Amino acid sequence: MFMRGLKRKCFDGEEDIEGTLAGIKAIPSYNLQRQSLLDMSLVKLQLCHMLVEPNLCRSVLIANTVRQIQEEMTQDGTWQMINMQNTGQASVDRLVSTDILCRSSREQAEGKHVPGYSTFSKDFEGDQAQDSSETMSTASSVQALRNLQSNVWEMENSQENKGNFQKSLDQIFETLENKSPNSVEDLFSEVDNSYYDLDTMLTGMMSNTKMGHCDGLEPFPSPTTTTSSSNCKSDLNELDHIVEILVES
Amino acid sequence: MEILCISGENWGWEGLWQLCPRAQSSSAENIPSRERFQSSGLRSNHPEVEDLKPKRFQVSALLSKWTKQNMWLQIFPNLGAGGGNDIQWCFSQVKGAVDDDVAEADIISTVEFNHSGELLATGDKGGRVVIFQQEQENKTQSHSRGEYNVYSTFQSHEPEFDYLKSLEIEEKINKIRWLPQKNAAQFLLSTNDKTIKLWKISERDKRPEGYNLKEEDGRYRDPTTVTTLRVPVFRPMDLMVEASPRRIFANAHTYHINSISINSDYETYLSADDLRINLWHLEITDRSFNIVDIKPANMEELTEVITAAEFHPNSCNTFVYSSSKGTIRLCDMRASALCDRHSKLFEEPEDPSNRSFFSEIISSISDVKFSHSGRYMMTRDYLSVKIWDLNMENRPVETYQVHEYLRSKLCSLYENDCIFDKFECCWNGSDSIVMTGSYNNFFRMFDRNTKRDITLEASRENNKPRTVLKPRKVCASGKRKKDEISVDSLDFNKKILHTAWHPKENIIAVATTNNLYIFQDKMN
Repeated sequence: MFMRGLKRKCFDGEEDIEGTLAGIKAIPSYNLQRQSLLDMSLVKLQLCHMLVEPNLCRSVLIANTVRQIQEEMTQDGTWQMINMQNTGQASVDRLVSTDILCRSSREQAEGKHVPGYSTFSKDFEGDQAQDSSETMSTASSVQALRNLQSNVWEMENSQENKGNFQKSLDQIFETLENKSPNSVEDLFSEVDNSYYDLDTMLTGMMSNTKMGHCDGLEPFPSPTTTTSSSNCKSDLNELDHIVEILVES
Repeated sequence: MEILCISGENWGWEGLWQLCPRAQSSSAENIPSRERFQSSGLRSNHPEVEDLKPKRFQVSALLSKWTKQNMWLQIFPNLGAGGGNDIQWCFSQVKGAVDDDVAEADIISTVEFNHSGELLATGDKGGRVVIFQQEQENKTQSHSRGEYNVYSTFQSHEPEFDYLKSLEIEEKINKIRWLPQKNAAQFLLSTNDKTIKLWKISERDKRPEGYNLKEEDGRYRDPTTVTTLRVPVFRPMDLMVEASPRRIFANAHTYHINSISINSDYETYLSADDLRINLWHLEITDRSFNIVDIKPANMEELTEVITAAEFHPNSCNTFVYSSSKGTIRLCDMRASALCDRHSKLFEEPEDPSNRSFFSEIISSISDVKFSHSGRYMMTRDYLSVKIWDLNMENRPVETYQVHEYLRSKLCSLYENDCIFDKFECCWNGSDSIVMTGSYNNFFRMFDRNTKRDITLEASRENNKPRTVLKPRKVCASGKRKKDEISVDSLDFNKKILHTAWHPKENIIAVATTNNLYIFQDKMN
């Protein structure tokens, strides 16, 4: 639902956003769009990790974009919310201005001057439903990322990776770097990567993304949260199995 | 708007006219001369020429002191301010398959004229190099320059498989650079992601005949059957062009090579990949010197890569390299063996009002080219072309917007990966005009002197030779005028990434996905 609005927003760069109450309700929030951008970037990184020879320049640029979003989210306090596995009431410091991602920051800053707290609480209530779905999708995307991390890169470190986004980024680069496997484990993780990625593709995590098409942007939808975690567990078992066989032979 | 060239239907002469809507009368003596025309005015019923189509005007002309006649004048507008400085581009040739089904291997990946402009080389994704040669100018065809015809085709690189990393190495030719001609043969460097090769292209138009011990087909004769001796002679044969690899420079790059550049000493050259730049000697293939290394000790800290590099055209110790963060570093090889510390850093401060999540991506420089004079360099980022004076580091001296209407579409362009397209740019021979490509098979030229720019399209619709190309215009917003194209109907799969300009003449080569277009200026 909000995906459609998001796509329209990207094309309709000319729309005038006044920051009115009505405007806020109709237009996807900045948070949501930023979240979508984050999801899209993570998918791109994941997919380019699958490629035979990832384009390093592209990966670096996408990773920098992800870092940028993460920094901004940390500043906003929305990142803490996610990391705490949010237990309900979100500790949002302020209502982030509603604006489109493609707009300049000056326009965004102007939009940030939303009228005072009374309207804030009203809006927040109104947006609560939206926000909770936001956080759900955020949580699901983070969980998806953790799944990626734990299964794709270093299985031993999967516990440490939880809740540490920066490290996941670093691991992307390590893996890119370690395309020339020196150790036996790396060799296995290479094998595991392709296997897992194929699996996730088949189970539909990737099926929503259409690389190279302008069809529309769909972040990880919430329903896959439960399925992906169960897949995660089964995949872990399967991967252990593969490792065993390889080691034995 | 000034009119450069007219031809009168009934009169048949040409001259320079000035279109002056308020002119009350026009006069023309019976012996037209250029000077006289220059100051004449025209009376016309039509509004001032807005578009660039030829127009007919009814004028009242004084043929002689006593004769006044109404007649039609057909006027061909020119593009620029008097003197005919502006070029009218005409279609000349198109090379490549006609059908829309593009074979992956036929995608053109690089285009380069040699130093004289006589040869034009293209590389494609299938690892092949095709060289075109300009035919000698025909005295009878003085209104057009020689055509480019296929001179040589050879397979430069083959796909390889890196067994250690389990990765395929693409055979796509990333860059071709010509060496200046020193003898009868031509030399060029071609590179894929990992290996650079020096190719010698030589002509053979004679062959020896009359050996004593060999038959003509090569079989050896029985010496006892030889009764007389003769001296072998060279006899002419059909021209054969042979390409042979003379040097192979391999195993020096861990990452993908994006640039090669031959030094002005014509003995050394550099090759740049994402993180390192190596210096080679053309004669030595088993060794290269690493002159730039930006790989961090910890790959987790990697935030910037090298995107292009080039030697200065005159100073053999100076080179520049550009980065994905929009900076250009100029290095002097005399300063130290490893040029990690730049001599100059060219960077334009970011415009805070234009900041978005995509700011860094669109600031990434995809190409850097020195001017022929060596005083300026040009960089291409996603939305603009910038000209830098080597003496001024804090900002470019000129900035030209290539397709600013895409700025509001960056989100979609990020989604479909178009934002990562690497456009190249080039100078003309006199460094007065720069050219670069865009989407929808459009390409743009910017005249640095007149500050005028033009958008042209490479398409098979304008196929007739000496058809002047019609300028195109993209409508960013609001109501679309006739003949304009709206941003939403641009075809982002038709991109012109590679263009080249003849070093001496106004001939340009423009590569669409799998076709090569050659355009020339209109010669009168």
